[in-house]
Parts: sequence; C-alpha cells; structure tokens
Amino acid sequence: MLWPNQQGTWVIIATLAVGFILDSLPVPPWLGSFKPDFLALVLMYWCMALPQRVGVITGWVLGLLVDAAQGVLLGQHALVYSIWAFCAVKAHRQVRLFPLWQQALTMLLFLLMGRLLLSWMNGIMGYSSGDGWFFVPAVTGALFWPIVLIALRDLRRHYRIE
Amino acid sequence: MRASGTSLSQVTPERPWLSAELIITLKLVVVIMVSMGFMWFDHRTAYLQPVRGVLATLVYPLQRAISFPIDAGQRLHHLWVDQQTLIHENQRLRHQQLLLNAQIQRLTALEVENRRLRTLLDSATQMRERVLIAELLTVDSDPYRHRILLNRGQKQGVQVGQPLLDQRGVVGQIVHANPLSSTAILITDPNHALPVQVNRNGLRTLAVGTGNYQRLELPYVPNNYDIQVGDVLMTSGMGGRFPRGYPVGVVTAVEFDPGSPFARIDARPAVELDRIREVLVLDVAPDYSNDALSATAR
Repeated sequence: MLWPNQQGTWVIIATLAVGFILDSLPVPPWLGSFKPDFLALVLMYWCMALPQRVGVITGWVLGLLVDAAQGVLLGQHALVYSIWAFCAVKAHRQVRLFPLWQQALTMLLFLLMGRLLLSWMNGIMGYSSGDGWFFVPAVTGALFWPIVLIALRDLRRHYRIE
Repeated sequence: MRASGTSLSQVTPERPWLSAELIITLKLVVVIMVSMGFMWFDHRTAYLQPVRGVLATLVYPLQRAISFPIDAGQRLHHLWVDQQTLIHENQRLRHQQLLLNAQIQRLTALEVENRRLRTLLDSATQMRERVLIAELLTVDSDPYRHRILLNRGQKQGVQVGQPLLDQRGVVGQIVHANPLSSTAILITDPNHALPVQVNRNGLRTLAVGTGNYQRLELPYVPNNYDIQVGDVLMTSGMGGRFPRGYPVGVVTAVEFDPGSPFARIDARPAVELDRIREVLVLDVAPDYSNDALSATAR
C-alpha cells in the first residue's frame, strides 16, 4: 500500500493523476474508441517496479475513484483495476526481464482480459457494446506501453524511488 | 533458545505464517468480493450514495484541471478576437434580444391567460420553473455510455431526477448528485427512455436512446398509427420527470414492417448532444401557492 511518508510516494501519485487526466480528456467520439487505458498502464508499471508498495489495494482504490468520476456502478472499475494490479504484481519477476515487445504483448493480454470483464459487466447492465470495438483500447494500450515504460522508468531513476 | 530443541522452527529458517504471495492472492479475493458487494448494493439501493459523494469530491480537483486548458483557451480567444467581430456579434445579439423580448411579451400574456383558464378549470398543479446553468466538465470515456459530468452539485441545489435542457430542447437528466458535481445521463444513452408526444396529433409513445448521438428510437408505435417523417416530438409530461412541451427531436425514418406489431421509427434529437458545453438544470417543483400566480399576473 502507498504510504505518504515513504520517499517518492508523491511522484507515484502524481503519475497516477496524470494517467487519470489522460483517461478522462474529452475527445471526439470516433477517437474515443481508440483511447487506451493510461491509468491502467501507469498502475501496472508501478506494480511491476515496486510490487511491495503498489499493489492490489492501490488498484482497487483507484478503480473506485474512476467509478465515482464516471458515475458508473461503484465497484466495476475497482474490480478490474485490482485484477490488473494483481496480474502485474504476480508477473513482475518474469516481465521485467522480457524485451520491450514481449512486455507489450503481455500487457495486451492483461488489458484484453480487463476489457473483456468490463464489457461483460456493461452487458449485464444493459449496455451492449457488442460490435467488437471494446478490445481496440487494449491494442492501442499495448502499443503505448514502451512509451509509458521508458518515461516512468526515467522518472523513477531520476527521483531514486525504491 | 527454547527448551524444546527439536521443534520445526529450529530446523528451517524463520517463516511467516502466510507467504507474501499468498497474502496478495488473499487481498485480491477479498477485494473482488467487496467490489461485487458494492456493485450489488449500488445497483439495488441508494446506501452507497455518501461513499460515491466522498470519492467524487476527491477527484473533483482533477476533473476541474481537465477543463482548465479548454476554459483558458476560450478566454485567450476572447482576448484576441478583433473589435470588428465583437461589434458584429454585439449587434447580432442585440437584434436577437429584441426579437426574444417581443416574443416573451406575447408569451407572458399567453401564460397569464393560461393560468386564468387553469384556475377556472380548477387545475391543481401550476408548474413554476427555475433554472440553473451548469457547465460540462467531462464526458464518459466509454463511447457507448452517454453520461456527462456537470460542475454543479448538491451545494447548488442539484437533485437526482432533475431534467436538463438546452436552448434547443431536452438534453437528459441527473442520475447522481455529488456535493460539488453531478452526473447526468443523456437521452441518447441506451438505458434512457423518454415519454414523448407527436406535436401534430398528440400520439404518445417512448423515445429510447441508441448509443448514437444522432439517433433516438421509437420502438413501441404500432404499424397502424399515424406518424410521418418530419413529425416533431415533444415531451409529454408522463412519468413526472420532464415537464410537458419541450422539443425532443424530429422523426427521420418510418418503416412499417408487416411481420412485426410495431413500426421501425427513428428520430434525430433536437439538440446536438455531442457538441453541448452548457446546459440548463430545471427545477420543476410543482408550485401550489397562489401568490406565485398573482406575482406573474401583476
């Protein structure tokens, strides 16, 4: 769990806030179906880099905030974000050693799973987005992974967050 | 060293009761169960509304930050716009105001007459409407869910169920009122249905959202009913959420299918719902008092 007295916690929170802002930027509707889950990428980076500090609970709280911000059913994103955090923490030893493209593929797998869960829950709520577009953000998210990784790694090294 | 020297703790190095890996899995299981409980409660009851209020207030500064560059851009635009344009706009607005004022004069006369007739008929409810202007903060990132976040909340008197309008017609209604912000559902959301009436002949039906900003569906109109392309749809006032007589949209396609009991009818919303920046939040408390009547009559 994130504690404010540890070094670099504010940097982590700031990057998560940036991810949140990127996710909720207003974009034209046609671009909306391509927008990746930036917050999920940032969360999974920190889960893999600092699994002792950022994990399931952080993901859950973030998901709840997203639920409240979007005005959707409370717990929907919380569930998916905690699963994403869990996957990242569990796989961090292997994924850290992978070359970039394999990391992106792993991310694709995680993101696809989360998107599937989300669209499944939306379906139960009566929002059928059944034309197959729900997985597109997962693909763009995986494509964005190298950028997110390099940016956050440099940031982490600059602030020496352990 | 303890007396029982053959105990296990001496042979193997000190191990915690639960390994770190197991703790993470346990956390996930607990968190998933709590999430599912939350979803169930949030779907069936209103007990979680305070929790939602606190969370929404926490993220409110971030959401304000998002709309800041847009506001700043507009302000910059106002700063740089040249005088000629301003004069033109001013002139145009003056003319428009003159026109509207003339119309309002006629309307006030009509309204007074209407009220007098209603009192003659002993009609109970007199609707007096107050409005609040709210600005759009963000739009739901899921393109299928037409929900918007507004910068007015309980502090400013926003309540769940209040209808939203625009100068052209009906926009949607409030679904969550947080302390400083509120979430609204648009009439084109697939989970929204709106009681409407055809202006030409008074035919009542429902307009259901489709997930497309340019399209509403009228799925419950029987094949033999009189409805045509170009018919104007107004709110019917049924259901008690939306007051009567606000424009909703125009019928764009009517297709009679002999195989099914209902016709396939599409309508285009009166408001361009993907371009709105400001909306009016309507306060439609029924006003029973008599002094409201005399105040307008005077």
